[in-house]
Amino acid sequence: MSAATDHDKAHGSEHGHGSKKSYLVGFALSGVLTFIPFWLVMAQPIGNPGLVAILIILFAVAQILVHTVCFLHVNTSGEGGWTLLAYVFTAVLLVITIAGSLWIMVHLNSNMMPGMMSGQASSTP
Amino acid sequence: MATIAPDAGFDRDTFHLIEKDAHDHGEAHASPVLLGFWIYLMSDALIFASLFATYGVLSSSFAGGPAPRDIFELELVALNTAILLVSSITYGFGMLAMDKGKVKAVQGWLALTALLGMSFVAIELYEFGVLIGEGATPQRSGFLSAFFTLVGTHGLHVTVGIVWIGIMLVQVGKHGLGVVNKRRLTCLSMFWHFLDVIWIGVFTFVYLMGMLR
Repeated sequence: MSAATDHDKAHGSEHGHGSKKSYLVGFALSGVLTFIPFWLVMAQPIGNPGLVAILIILFAVAQILVHTVCFLHVNTSGEGGWTLLAYVFTAVLLVITIAGSLWIMVHLNSNMMPGMMSGQASSTP
Repeated sequence: MATIAPDAGFDRDTFHLIEKDAHDHGEAHASPVLLGFWIYLMSDALIFASLFATYGVLSSSFAGGPAPRDIFELELVALNTAILLVSSITYGFGMLAMDKGKVKAVQGWLALTALLGMSFVAIELYEFGVLIGEGATPQRSGFLSAFFTLVGTHGLHVTVGIVWIGIMLVQVGKHGLGVVNKRRLTCLSMFWHFLDVIWIGVFTFVYLMGMLR
């Protein structure tokens, strides 16, 4: 996941707090990226819940990137790149933690025999 | 510069070469504190990662109790999302006013941000109150335990952020916008925007995905 978005830096006061323009752009984009997923779930224009789930996750990822660039001002130059490095590292750990947990638990649930007591040792050596 | 609070660690040792900005304006960016605070926020994100993972694992463990579709009010969640998003931009304008050195404007934006934050927490507490009134308490099912823990932890963070804003209102009122207060306001801005980012995850994974079940 590279956050190398082509953010057109609003020059002028680009020293960590952004500018009025970058805040307003971020606000507008966030508004749109919030409205669409809510609309998809509340008005249900798409009948397939699986597809809607994928779409709203994509919108969430997009909005997180918008916030990262426009509000948190994470970029390649800030603090010599350490901010971005820590951010990407955290993102990787986050994905591993969440996706890994879900993956393991889905397998656990599907491998449970009906009527098997939980906590019972498996017979495989 | 402005007065320096005792043991504010103003003159910390820096362990790296400080690159002077081309336009020098007494920024607190020479301080290692900002990167340190950012690292703290990343560790906080990992706490939320484990809470999200826990919620994901338990999100279908209803124990015969209510499912997300039975208890979530998306209208309230949309309102809360809007409030938090607006509070992000009001804090942003506060930071721009800070750059210009306008004390009154900074205080105004900070106060507005705090009010929006309080509205957010109030709506969340109202939601929790309704749920508990309906018998959807944290001890009802694994899903509800995970839900209250995740959303409650975020709400607690917002509450702490509001307290911090209150402290900074007093600090800015007493000492103006010196290097130290600017640094504190910058840390608080990171904290506040970070909470908005976490909320994106909450409304997507908890509320919207819950309604799709």
